[in-house]
This record gives sequence, structure tokens and C-alpha cells, in this order.
Amino acid sequence: MNELLLVVTIAGERVAFPAAAVESVVELESLIPVPRAAAHVAGLSALRSRVLTVIDCMRSLELGETDCSDGIREAAVVELDGHHYALIVDMVEDVIEALSDPTPVRAAMGAGWERVSQGMVETEEGPLLLVDVAALIAGSDARAAA
Amino acid sequence: MADTLASSANGSNGSKKAATSIGRDTQPSITDNGALTPDRHKQARTQGIASAVDDLIADFVAECREMLEALGGEIVAWEAQPDDRARLDSIFRFVHTVKGNCGFFEFPRLEALSHAAEDALADVRANRRHPDGALVSAVLAIIDRIGEMVSAIEAGEEMPAGDDSALIEALAPGAEGTAAPIAAAAADGTIKSSAAPRTIRLSVELLDRVMSTVSDMVLARNELARRLRESASDVPVDGAFERLSSIIAEMRDAITRTRMQRVENLFVALPRMVRDLSAELGKQVLVDIEGGDVELDREMIEMIRDPLTHIIRNAVDHGIEKPAERLKSGKREIGVLAVSARQSGNQILIDIQDDGRGIDGKRLVEKAIANEVVTKEEAAQLSQRDQLALIFSAGLSTASHVTSISGRGVGMDVVRSNVERIGGIVEVDSRLGEGTRMTLRVPLTLTIIPALTVSIAGQHFAIPRSAIEEIVRANGESVTLEHLGGAGVATIRGRRVPAVPLADILGLDSPVSEKDRTLIVLRPAGGDVYALSVDRIHDHEELVVKPAAPAVMATGLYAGTTLADDGSPILLMDPAGIAQVGGVKLEIQERTARIAEGPAAAVAKATPVLLFRGLDGGRRALRLAVVDRIEEVAVSSIKQAAGQLRAQVGKAILPLAGAKLEDLPDGKLRMFRLNDGSHEIGYAFAEVVDFATIDSNVIHSDCPGEVSGVSLINGEPAELVDPHWLFATHVGSAARKHDALVCRMPADDPWMQNMLRPMVEAAGYRVVTDGDEASADLIIAREGDEIGDAVHAIYLRSEPEPNGKKDDSIYRYDRAGLLIALKSANAGRSK
Repeated sequence: MNELLLVVTIAGERVAFPAAAVESVVELESLIPVPRAAAHVAGLSALRSRVLTVIDCMRSLELGETDCSDGIREAAVVELDGHHYALIVDMVEDVIEALSDPTPVRAAMGAGWERVSQGMVETEEGPLLLVDVAALIAGSDARAAA
Repeated sequence: MADTLASSANGSNGSKKAATSIGRDTQPSITDNGALTPDRHKQARTQGIASAVDDLIADFVAECREMLEALGGEIVAWEAQPDDRARLDSIFRFVHTVKGNCGFFEFPRLEALSHAAEDALADVRANRRHPDGALVSAVLAIIDRIGEMVSAIEAGEEMPAGDDSALIEALAPGAEGTAAPIAAAAADGTIKSSAAPRTIRLSVELLDRVMSTVSDMVLARNELARRLRESASDVPVDGAFERLSSIIAEMRDAITRTRMQRVENLFVALPRMVRDLSAELGKQVLVDIEGGDVELDREMIEMIRDPLTHIIRNAVDHGIEKPAERLKSGKREIGVLAVSARQSGNQILIDIQDDGRGIDGKRLVEKAIANEVVTKEEAAQLSQRDQLALIFSAGLSTASHVTSISGRGVGMDVVRSNVERIGGIVEVDSRLGEGTRMTLRVPLTLTIIPALTVSIAGQHFAIPRSAIEEIVRANGESVTLEHLGGAGVATIRGRRVPAVPLADILGLDSPVSEKDRTLIVLRPAGGDVYALSVDRIHDHEELVVKPAAPAVMATGLYAGTTLADDGSPILLMDPAGIAQVGGVKLEIQERTARIAEGPAAAVAKATPVLLFRGLDGGRRALRLAVVDRIEEVAVSSIKQAAGQLRAQVGKAILPLAGAKLEDLPDGKLRMFRLNDGSHEIGYAFAEVVDFATIDSNVIHSDCPGEVSGVSLINGEPAELVDPHWLFATHVGSAARKHDALVCRMPADDPWMQNMLRPMVEAAGYRVVTDGDEASADLIIAREGDEIGDAVHAIYLRSEPEPNGKKDDSIYRYDRAGLLIALKSANAGRSK
């Protein structure tokens, strides 16, 4: 019941990541592009001595592209199958407690949101969409690219 | 890059985790040293003693385990060569150690076992007894039992039940014991008999932590370097900083290497395993292990241990036939299981090859249809390769009956999924009746590889140096670039190779015009040569490669990621992937063909060499220019003749260097055919490693010999074979034949013709007889014979004592005297 959630904003929308999946929140300074990789792979960055694969959440959700040209971007670092990823978000807000288990969202969402949705969770600040980090990393065209 | 903390509550932040674990570690010692009330004091002391004994037992268990591991290979090697004193000694040492410790710890059963084995081995050491199969098996059984007991002690369990007396009785001379095992001979000297180096145990996690700290330290140093450059320079500070830098670099190097382990650690247990398996199955299997010095990340070694074991079990169980069956199909009754490891580009390849019955593709397909893995229609479409690949499908096994060895429900599908989980591939190749080869390809993750950094439009990329054949400038003298139907073709010193601009492949805009780029001639593993054009080349670096995320690997262009010294990520290119994406048509060429064209492609400045492994395993290099081609000859056509090994190739007989009669392999031998323009000799080798150039200094050998010096090639020392010495030694007399000195000797003297002539010829003379008109440089005659004017004459007498003072003849069996005379005649002419 009291799972912790990290509230972030992606494409202007407040959503929640399961906080347990998030290792840390970083400010990305430099990005090394990965030519020919899937569009939602924004590039590589280094966190201490680890290489982070940077995922542009907006691209992954097919909601446009995050503008990385203005320098520092906030990102949530997650680990999946031994690889570290940095998920670029508009803003990281807070860690809050979930008040319910995720329940299916019955309203029609955008295709991108639909794909990454793990359901809706109740919080003190109202309902939030719980995002599946792995689906966000896989991106929309992961299959096509592979 | 700042770490702003968001999820403090979940505790997954690295530094916090570290802090808690340290706290936990130190806790017990705090309570130990804490205030103790007098009545608790005694209790605490006895606990202290008990824990001290526990520590000692733990040490004993660890020591036993280490020795057991090291022994695995020794025992089998000892069985193959019972006279090998060093191995016998190390086994003896083991049981002796166990015996000694058991008395101390009161493990009576262990003590009885080790005592019995020690006694039996002591008899062998004192030559009172010969180690036969029965004894070896009995000793092995005891060592196994000791291993079981040690495991039980370690786990704090009861000793495994069972009576040890049968094992001890089996040691007695003439005991019936288990059937004498059929020897699985040891690997060819890859198992060292030296004692294991001193080691300590560390968790990989701790190593990882140290490694990441060191990497952070490097980044901090770089930051400091930048600040120092910006501020006014102060010589003493700079000096101190330089020292700090070099220490950090050294430390980083050392830490990185702690994660590397030789594949040997994985291979060392194989001979023993195969021996036990084959004994159980009544088969005879010879294990041939190669490439144990290849280094792999230690975690990777653990990951491939199970798949490798399973493949080997399969090979012995299902692949290799029983001796009778083998003889019937015309094979040697001993099956050969060859396990080899090598590095190929960005992968480590482990081959497991048997010469057994092979995989029946048709039966596999039938079974797959029966088990509904494929439909009949699909099955009809399958190529031979696809048929074999069915072996990796779940729930398929060609063995018609389940055996205790490999049919335990764990199939090749599990092997494949395990290997794929670490980013590897398993391949199978098999010929019915001839054998099967399984290849494990595992990535070089965390392996240090030398790489060249290049850049396109300002972005850096790394290319593994092992794939680089040469680097030329696009506008260089001997290079022309042409376009045929949009495709680039580079002509480099007459050789046409496909040219691929890296900028186009990556979809980057390069500001450098085509003419000003640099061409890197690449030869990917298993592929053909092509030229990759890049904007600039930068530096040679040793990079620690880590696997890239699946989304990055999906491009097929990259082999991994790495961090540059300034802490920024660099992508490591996969040369084979670039070729594929770039549409380079790869021709499957024979390796020999590529070697033959090697000399033409060689870089003019550096000396191109062929790096190879000799029959004795030595890493050597030969100058490419003297290698004519590679020839495969049957070992049966190699004979010891006229003082040296000679190989018959077609109608020619070539002197054979690089081999000794005793270490010739079975079947076929590969050799380089060396040519000095007029003569040829063969040089035997085990395998070609690579093309390379000598780019570092050569340390010359002090005395003349086969090896003229040592140099670092691809970062490892290699012996340079001296072709001049080879020709001088092996061609010898044959080389001088054409302008050889002529020696005349009587044709009617059988002694001279039969006994003397070979010696004279060996000294470099062409022998003619009386009838021959050629003018002789030397005449050999019997004492008293009349000869005309000659430059030189040697008179031979048949008595040891000279016939008076003026007699300058030589006694005919005075070999030294004859040689001196022959030599001086030779010298006279040479002037």
C-alpha cells in the first residue's frame, strides 16, 4: 500500500515512477549521440564511471522531442537487466506515498501512454499514472529497430 | 554532473548503502570489545576459543578446496604419466596436509582415508609400487570422498554416511577395486605442475566498488588537471600532480586486471571431468586443450562454466562412440575432444570439437515435427544449418534414450539461453559420422582491448585494433578512391578493396572532404578486408569495454561502450557490423589465400610480420616477406633424414624447421613455406594468430639462434624468428650447391665413395670422380696416388701413424683433421 512514488513531469503531464526502480536523479550535462540507434535513445552520458544510456521519454511516448540543446536536463537513473539508463523528464518533483494499488485506467489515453501504463494510483495529490519504466526504455520502435 | 537526491527513502543510493554495510560489518567487534561483566567473562572466553577453532576449520576447508581444485588436472596428468614425480608429489602433499589437519581437528574418518592414501602414495614414491590404473582410481575415489567431507564440514552438516573401508581396501596392491579406468590423457602440457600462487578470496562486489572508486578518482584527477592548467603554474605542484597521475594510472590498471582471469581456470577441471565420464561410459576420450591463456572477465567465466560443462557432457555422452563402434567405422578407438579458446575481435570464441558420430539433421527434423516444434512445411524449407540449429529448441534431444550423464531434462535450449543471457551466441556445426563442433561466442565485456580512437564530425569512436590491418591517407601516393555506381572502391597499392565512409554509415555530416580523410583497412573476424574512411584518427588506447544497452546494440554497429580518460563515453565500433550495415559484400576466402596476398598489402614503413603459435605453444613472429605460403602436409610424409626433419611436399623435399620429431601432431601438420629466392624450407606451426607490425623496439638475442630477438607485438611479447639463421642452418650445404667447390675423388674407391663422400658433401663440396672434366678445387687421393697440379690435395693414409716426417697425409679416420683440411681448402678458394 505504501509504495513510494517519484513524481515527474513528462510532456507537461505529472506521472509517477515506482521509486524503488529509481537509483538517483541526476542533471545531465553532456550527451554523446548514438548514430543509427532508435530515435528515443537520446545518447550516452557518464555518471561517475558508469555509462548511462539516455532515453528521451517524450520520444519514447511519441509526444515530440525533448530539446537537449539548452544544456542541463534532469533525468531519473534506473537499472534494467544490468544496464543503466537515464530517463529525461521535464522536471522531478517529489517522492510521495501511494495510497492504493494500481488500478486500470478505463479512460482512453494516448497510444504512447497506453503502452507504458501500469495503471492509476491514488495519492494525497490525487490520482497519478504509474509508468512502467521498462516499457519506457523499450520505446515504441524498439521492435522495428531490432 | 551532480547527484541530486530524490529517493532517500528507498535507500538504493550508492553511498548510503555502503555506509550501512560498513556499520553492519563493524558491529560484532564493538560488542566483543564492549564492557564485560565478570560472570560473563568466562563464557565469552570459551566462545572466543570456539570461534578461533571455527576460523581454523574455515582456513582448513578453504585450503583443501584450493588444493582439490588445483589437483583435478594433476591427477589425470599423473595417471597418463605415472612416472611424473612432480605430480605424484603434489598429490602426496595434499593427502599429507589433510591427514595432518584431521588429527588436530578430530575428524577420524578423514584421517583414516588420508592416512591410507598417504601410505599407498609413499610406497609409490619409494618405488616400492608402480602406480597402475587400479591404484589411481582408488586414490581418486579417496580424494573425491575427502572433497565430499570437506564440503560437509564447510556447510556445518553431518559427515556423509557411508563406509570408507571399501575405499581403503581398494588401495591395497592387487585389489579388485573399480575397473581400471581407461585413460583420458592429459592436455598437452597446459596444466602446470607448479604450486598454486597464494590467493585470497574477495567478493566481486567489493572489486566492483574499488574499480568504480578508482574510475571516479581518474575523473577527479582530470578535473584537477584542468583547474591546474587554468591557474598560474607552480612547478613543485605540477611535479607532485604528475606523480599522483602516474600512481593513479597504475592503480587503475592493476584494479582492472583483478577482474580478469585466465580461461585456464575454467579448463583445468575438464580433463578430470572427461576422464570420469568416459570411464563411466566405457569410452576412451583424449582431451586436447588450447588457449588457456586467453583472459576473460571472471564473472563471464562463471557464466559460461555450466554451458561449457553441459556441451562437453553431451559430446562425450552422445557424440563420441564406444571404442568398438569407432573401430567399425574406421576411426581410432580413442575419441578426441578438442577444447580451445581464442580472442577474435571483440569476442572470445570457445570451440568444443569432437570426432564422434555427429548430429543427424534429418532425425532432428523428424523429431522436431513430432514434437510440433516446426511444421512439415517449415521443415522442408530448412537448410542444413537450420536443421542443426533445431538442437537448441526446447524439448528436443537426439539421444533415443535418456542417460544418467546428459539426459536430465536440461537441454541445449537451456545452454543457449544461458549463453544468450550474457550476450553470447552458441553455434553448432556437424557432419554426420565425422564429428560436431560447438562454438561459444561470448562478448569481451569488461575485457581490456587495445583500440584506435577516430572521429567523425567531432564525435569520437573507438575501433578495436585487432581488426585493423593498416592505416593510409586517402590522398596518399599509392591510394586512389573511385566510385562505381555510387559505391566507393579504394585501390591501395594495386589491391582493390570496398571503401565505406563511416560518416555515411552513421548518418553524420562530415566537414572533411573525401580526399582528406584517412582510410582504415579493416579485416573483421571471419570477414573480408574493407576500408573505412574517417575524418581523423587520434590515439591508441587501452579501453575497458562494457556492454551497451540493447537499444544501442540493436543498431548492429557497436560492440560496446567505454569511457575515455576524460570521463566521456565512447562507442566501440564492431567492424563486422559496419561491413554488414555498409553493404560490403564479404567473400568467404580461404585463410591461406589471404595470407598469400598479405605481403603486397603490408605497410611499407613498419616491418609486417605474421604472428603465430609454434608447435611448442611459443608466440612467435616471422617477417611476412619470407613466407611464401602455407602448406598442409601429412605427418607421415615427415621423416627424420640426413640429420634433420624433412617434409615431402609434392616432389620436393623441404627441410622442416620449428618442429621436433617427438612433438609432431597426429594427422596433418601445417607449415609456412619460406623462400629466400632460391631455396625453400618449411617451418611448422600450430596456428596463425594475426598479422601485425613490429612497432616497438626489438630486444636482440645475445647468441645466434632460431630466435633473433623479442619484441612487443599487439601488446604481448613475441619471439622474432630469424629467417637468415633458419636458412643458414637448415639449407646449409644445399644452398651452396650451385657455386660449390668441386672435389675430385677416385670413383673406384668404395671407402671414399661410401664413407668419405657424404662428409665432403656436407662440408659444401660437389663431388666429382676421375672421369669428370670439371676442374677440381680439391683432390682427395690415396697415399701414393699420382695427381696433377691442383689447388689443394688431401692424401689419405690407412695407418694411424705417419709414414716418416715428410708425410703430410691424413689418417682416414682422423675426422677432425679431415674437417680442418676440407675447411682450409675451402677458405683458400674463397679468397
